[in-house]
Amino acid sequence: MKPKTAKRLVSARSRAKPWQLRLYVMDETPKSRTALANLKQLCESHLKGRYHITVIDLLKRPHLAKGDQILAIPTVVRRLPSPVRTIIGTLTDTANVLVGLDLRPAG
Amino acid sequence: MKINARKYPASATLLPKCPTGIQGLDEITGGGLPRGRPTLVCGGAGCGKTLLAAEFLVRGAVQFDEPGVFMAFEETEEELMANVASLGFDLAGLIRRKKIFIDFVHIEPSEVQESGEYDLEGLFVRLNHAIDSIGAKRVVLDTLEALFSGLRNETILRAELRRLFRWLKDKGVSAVITAERGRESLTRHGLEEYVSDCVILLDHRVNDQIATRHLRVVKYRGALHGTNEFPFLIGGDGLSVLPITSLGLNHKVSSERIATGIPRLDAMLGGRGFFRGSSILLTGTAGTGKTIISSNFAQAAARRGERVLFFSFEESPNQIIRNMHSIGLRLEPLLKRGLLRFHSARPSLYGLEMHLATMFKEIAAFQPHVVIVDPITSLMDLGTVSEGKGMVTRLIDYLKAGQVTTLFTSLTQGGHALQQSEGGMSSLMDSWLLLQDFEGNGERNRVLYVLKARGMKHSNQIREFLISDHGIDVVDAYIGPSGVLTGSARAAQSSLEKAAVLANQQEAARLKREVERKRAAIERQISGLRSDYESESAELRRIAEQVGTSTQMLTTEQAESGRLRQADAKVAPGTRRHLHNGRRSL
Repeated sequence: MKPKTAKRLVSARSRAKPWQLRLYVMDETPKSRTALANLKQLCESHLKGRYHITVIDLLKRPHLAKGDQILAIPTVVRRLPSPVRTIIGTLTDTANVLVGLDLRPAG
Repeated sequence: MKINARKYPASATLLPKCPTGIQGLDEITGGGLPRGRPTLVCGGAGCGKTLLAAEFLVRGAVQFDEPGVFMAFEETEEELMANVASLGFDLAGLIRRKKIFIDFVHIEPSEVQESGEYDLEGLFVRLNHAIDSIGAKRVVLDTLEALFSGLRNETILRAELRRLFRWLKDKGVSAVITAERGRESLTRHGLEEYVSDCVILLDHRVNDQIATRHLRVVKYRGALHGTNEFPFLIGGDGLSVLPITSLGLNHKVSSERIATGIPRLDAMLGGRGFFRGSSILLTGTAGTGKTIISSNFAQAAARRGERVLFFSFEESPNQIIRNMHSIGLRLEPLLKRGLLRFHSARPSLYGLEMHLATMFKEIAAFQPHVVIVDPITSLMDLGTVSEGKGMVTRLIDYLKAGQVTTLFTSLTQGGHALQQSEGGMSSLMDSWLLLQDFEGNGERNRVLYVLKARGMKHSNQIREFLISDHGIDVVDAYIGPSGVLTGSARAAQSSLEKAAVLANQQEAARLKREVERKRAAIERQISGLRSDYESESAELRRIAEQVGTSTQMLTTEQAESGRLRQADAKVAPGTRRHLHNGRRSL
């Protein structure tokens, strides 16, 4: 799914199984920008070259909120690899995000 | 679009209401829930919160043309549709026609990781999108508390909830928010602090192994509302809250009178029976004929073409019909014509409130003119005295509002059928008939009297009533030296009086005959005298005639003798001449 208004940020090279990440935001708020910056930084350091980030602005595409069960803003949804993972917040706590994305075991 | 809370100045006028369409709830709240404001519905598990919310939404869409959004946090769309289908509403059709929008909000705590700050704009967006897509006027959030288990940051959550309620108000939707009942507070997570306009509490209690649902309007800002706990039912057509009518003493009264079916009893009640729409209590010990009098009343009403609803809590309809048949009361034709309907149930089948509710439903469906409850005491035994009285009050209020005449029978215990067990019920009644046993002379007889009859002249006499093959006969009881005489004593007294009357009648007849005889004798005398007189007067006439004749004869003879003397002088004049002369001389 590639919404017209979504910004597509592609890593340098796509590998065989790229990660599909969606970032749901609401307008260009500081919170959204922080979340996107944090996500990019994290992906660059852990998933370099094998991730897609799709930013979905619910202000423009409100009907998309239902599909991924979005309640909180900002929310990152890992579509691939399965299972689906959801992390909410500005992603400031990197350790938490890594646990949430299964990049690091919990605990 | 940024969803920001904007404050609108609160209207100084009366709060506009948003009718729920739920039977009884609109009456209690004086027209419905506050329009354009959130209402909190709280209660324990399985007490009907979701159903109330769903009915509010569906009825809004169907009856009031107000589309609605159902945001479900606990049930999926499919589950919800199945639940609402049990109310007889076609939810799928409503969704297709854009009258209802269901959004299932799924929160799985184990799948969600929190990191850093966030807000619930996603929820706002979804709600806003749902509302705008169908032009919704109503919103249900069932139940928001799921958020508390899904999100760990309570500070953010509470701030966002506060914003949500304000946003709902600004959006102008009438919202119902359900919440789980807390141990010490109304809701487990204190949602009541955000909803200040209307709070409704649902409750499901088991008392004496009988479960009853209750509804109470805890708070309704700016509106009069019933603060009592009202029982409610979940039936085939949704919720119904009782009482259906408001509890007021402002019902219309009728001065129309209706006959009891027992002419002598009518006579005791000022000659015309009970008032229409009045409540009548018929008290008596076992076997004093309460059901018989009730059946008579029912039959009389049905024969006038009125509908009669007979609530029987001791006998089955067939048994009543058979028993009444034995005294010549035929109820089955009336049953067949649809003028009479029985509703029989064991009192212990369910709780007092459920009985009341089913009675209300039956009454609403059948629209009777006369209702008979036989006996009300079986029902009152189910609860405490005050509960029982409350129930009767509500029943009477409901029936009076509809101008329905009601006959309650009441079984009293013990040998003396007096007021002891009525527990204040009598003050609710307009008329009170007492049935009593009289023992004596080795027999037991039934008597009846009117203890009270508001607004009409009534007999102060104790009457005996007899039950025979031909029904009920109310007869005068005799007052003897030892009190009221009934049964054989009355019969003996009655025959004594009958003998006396007979003797009097015979004496009168004899006197009459005597007079007649005298009159005949006098008439005979008169006719004798008359015939005497007539014979005498005839004699007199005869004499007078004789006298006349003899005088004439005398004159003729004198003339003849005179002529004869002349004839001596002139001989031989002819016969004619002789005659001529003779005539001339006369």
